[in-house]
Parts: sequence; structure tokens; C-alpha cells
Amino acid sequence: MAGITRVMEHRAVQYRRTFRSSVFTSFLSPLLFLTAMGLGLGGYVDRSGGAALGGLTYLQFLAPGLLAATVMQSAAFEATFPIIGGLNWQRTFHAMYATPLSPRDVALGNLAWMAIRLVMISTVFTIVIVAFGAAHSPLVVLGIPVAVLTGMAFAAPITAFSATQRTPNRFNVIFRFGITPLFLFSGTFFPIETLPSYLQPIAWLSPLWHGVDLTRGLVLGTIGQHPVQMLIHVIVLAAIVALSAWAAVVTIERRLVKG
Amino acid sequence: MTPPSLPLRVVPPVSFGSRRAFRLIERNLYVYRHGWLVIVSGFFEPLFYLLSIGFGLGRLVGSVPGPGGHEIPYQLFIAPALLASSSMNGAITEATLNFFFKLKYQKTFESILSTPLSTADIALGELGWALIRGGLYTTGFLVVMVVLGLGVSPWLLLTLPAALLISLAFGAVGMAATSFMRTWQDFDLIQLVVLPMFLFSGTFYPLDAYPDALRLLVQLTPLYQGVDLLRSLAVGIVGPTAILHVAYLLVMGIGGLLVVSRRLDKLLLR
Repeated sequence: MAGITRVMEHRAVQYRRTFRSSVFTSFLSPLLFLTAMGLGLGGYVDRSGGAALGGLTYLQFLAPGLLAATVMQSAAFEATFPIIGGLNWQRTFHAMYATPLSPRDVALGNLAWMAIRLVMISTVFTIVIVAFGAAHSPLVVLGIPVAVLTGMAFAAPITAFSATQRTPNRFNVIFRFGITPLFLFSGTFFPIETLPSYLQPIAWLSPLWHGVDLTRGLVLGTIGQHPVQMLIHVIVLAAIVALSAWAAVVTIERRLVKG
Repeated sequence: MTPPSLPLRVVPPVSFGSRRAFRLIERNLYVYRHGWLVIVSGFFEPLFYLLSIGFGLGRLVGSVPGPGGHEIPYQLFIAPALLASSSMNGAITEATLNFFFKLKYQKTFESILSTPLSTADIALGELGWALIRGGLYTTGFLVVMVVLGLGVSPWLLLTLPAALLISLAFGAVGMAATSFMRTWQDFDLIQLVVLPMFLFSGTFYPLDAYPDALRLLVQLTPLYQGVDLLRSLAVGIVGPTAILHVAYLLVMGIGGLLVVSRRLDKLLLR
């Protein structure tokens, strides 16, 4: 445990020197997205298609989904470049391995740091949601841990993958063919019930959809309507995090021990 | 080879650079032979947006006022705007991050300058390459638009050169801006300009959602020029403002190119 906190401390010191450039991507861009899509485009949605949203305004519908989706994007970014940097470019992780730290400390310490970053991002986003008047329930506070869980369901498997890569060439493919389609088709921008019925089961395969549906239930306070489905969401996400955190320990250990 | 006619000799069509710029395009083709997946993937981003926002969310939006105030389906409203913004984004990525990497780290241009190529050839060649990439994406996107039933006007054919003009304008200005950058952190400034433009330039919803002063401000942004130009071509309601848009983007592109070639002289030759 002490080893994990050492690794986290390293990442925190590093972040203190570079946080300025993360302000824009983590905080300002979701705010702009929420304003443009929620308020600007939302005005046109509310004018004609409000019925499909079950009486919600588009802003209320979009905000929780965008919270989960933004956290996913940040998680994917945190799990790619910093990991390949530590293993290939700066080789900080090799330096750590030369101390009493174990590969397991390196892997779990980095994942724990990613979780802290996601807590920061989702807290700011949740404050924005409340300020926009898009929260319906005090349960909105629980949206933070759920969004972080969603983000970790991406951070952990992508970390496991990044540790196997020596160049960032394949990251582009992950973002373009993984993250972007999930961002656009996981019920963030429109309810999946409006998709053709044969496409709807595919949403169950998207970890983001589980996170979006869960976050939306908490922010809007509708979680009690489908308690079983919500429980399934939590189990699916937690299972992904646990399995892929183990995979990340394995791949990082392989790189550190065998080079 | 016949010598060019007198007017062409006095006022050459491109007042700097030479045909050697094609050598640079050839170089980029070789480099990307192993990175073709990166190139192909660029085509899918606007397509995903069109299917999600246009067709998914579009069902909830219905129709919106388009060029000339006529109500048009939301899919038709957003498709040309996505084409305009992906032309901008593609050109900006190539002209900022990739250009900076070649300029500062790979020192690609320094080695190129030890050959007969000049700095103007570099500026022209890099931009030409960005335009070829942009042209491929645009053609693909237009085919998809027609297949999805969004080809409602023969003017749509002109969106191809118009989209290339957008790439030219943003590519040239992007390279000019990059030539002043010192570190990677400076690129956040570019994002700070590009993302708000992408979201607020009448891309996703009509400008009548804004108060008058704000609307005027948005109409002055370069992306709005491109979005409005492509949208009026795609819908087929083309007025004299289209000429203004073209002139705006042309001035931007040529101005940017002149700055880049002067800056490259300064950075690389002294």
C-alpha cells in the first residue's frame, strides 16, 4: 500500500507543474459543449422533440450523459500517453522499479492517480450541472463516484493495452474507432430507444452506456424506477475495472521485468 | 517545353514557390505508406458525427431554418457544417501539431533545405499535401451524403472546391501561427480558438438562437464563412454572400501563406 501512495505522490508532483494545460481540456471544453449542445441546440430539440425525452428538457437529458462521456475521454487520454511515456520515453517506471517499488505498485499507483484526476474532473462538471439547474435530486452527489467508476472502466483496460505498445501509433485508432463512436452512440446525445430496435441491444455492450444510464438515474433522481438494471450497471462496470486492473498489473510487470 | 505566355511571365499565377513543391508531396506519400490507417481513420470522424447528431438526435430536432429562412431537415442542415468543420480540423491538425514536429524535432525542413527546394516550396508542398488529404475526405463524405439521400442540389458538386478552400485558409493560417510557437503548451491557444468556433459558428444550430450583437460576431469568424458557404451550396440556395465568403477565405489563405514563407526564411535560413 505504501508503494502505491509513493507512485501517486510522483504523479501529483508532476501534475502540479503541468496542470495549467489540463484546465482547458478537462474543465473548459465540457462547459462549452454543454452550452452549445444543451442550451443552443437544446432550444430546437425542446421545440419539437421533447416527448421522446420523457418530459425532460434537452439540457437535463444531456448533462449527466455528457458527464460520464467526458470522464471517459479524459480517462482514455490519461491511460495512453502518460503510460507509454513512463515506459518508453522518460522511462520513469523503470526508475521506480529500481527502488523498493514493485511493478504492482507502479500499475496500481498510476491507476489510483487516474481515479483522483477523474474525481477532480467529475466534481467540477457536477458543480456546472447544478449551476445550470440541470440536477433534479440530491443524489447528484453520487454521480461523481459513478462517473469515476465509468472512467476507470476505460482507464484500466487502456492502461493494460498501452503497456504493450512501444509507439503511440495505435492510440489514434483507439480514439477514432473506440472512444469517438462510444461518445456519440451510447445514449449521451439521444436516448437509445430512438435507435432502430435491432441496434438497441448493442448499447449493452458499451461500457459507456452503462455509465451514462446510471449517472442519468442519479442526477435526475429516477434511479428507483429500474433498481435491477442500475445494479447490473454497477456490477458490469466494477467487473471491468477489477479484471482489467489485474491485466494492467500483468502487462506493466512484463514490460518492467523483461524490458 | 514551350515558354509561358507574356502575361504569365509578368504576373505568375503563384508568385512564389515552384514545381519542386511536388517533391515534398511525394515525400509525404512515402512517409504515410506505413501510416495509412491514420489517414483512413480521418474519414470516419465526420461520418460518426453525421450519423449520431444528424440522424440520431436529428429525429428529435425535426426541421430548422436553413439558408434564406427555408425550413430544411436537420440532417441536411448539419451535414455541410460537419464537412466544413472537419475540413478545418484536418487542416489545423496537419498544419499545427504535425508541422511543429517536423519543424522543431524531426528537423525535416532543415534537411529539405539542403536540396534545391526553397522555404516557399516547403510551405506550398505541405499545404498541397494537406489539401490532397482534405480532398480525399471531402469526396468520401459527399458520396456518403448522396447515399443517405442528402444530395438535393447539383450545387453540391461545388462543395468539393469550397471545402478545399476552407482547408487552404485554415491550413495556411495554422502554419503561420505554428511558426510563432515555442512549446507544445502554446498549442492550447489554438484549441482555445478552434473548439469554440466548432461549437458556436452555426454548426449545430441556426444563428437566430443568438442576440444580434453576438450573431454579428459569429458571422465574422472564418468557420462561419465556410459553414454558410457549404450549407448554401448543399441546399442549392446560393446568393451573392457566397462570393464574399470565398473572398474572405482566399484572402486568409494567401495571407497565411505569405507569412509562413517569410517566417520559414527567418527560422531556417538565418
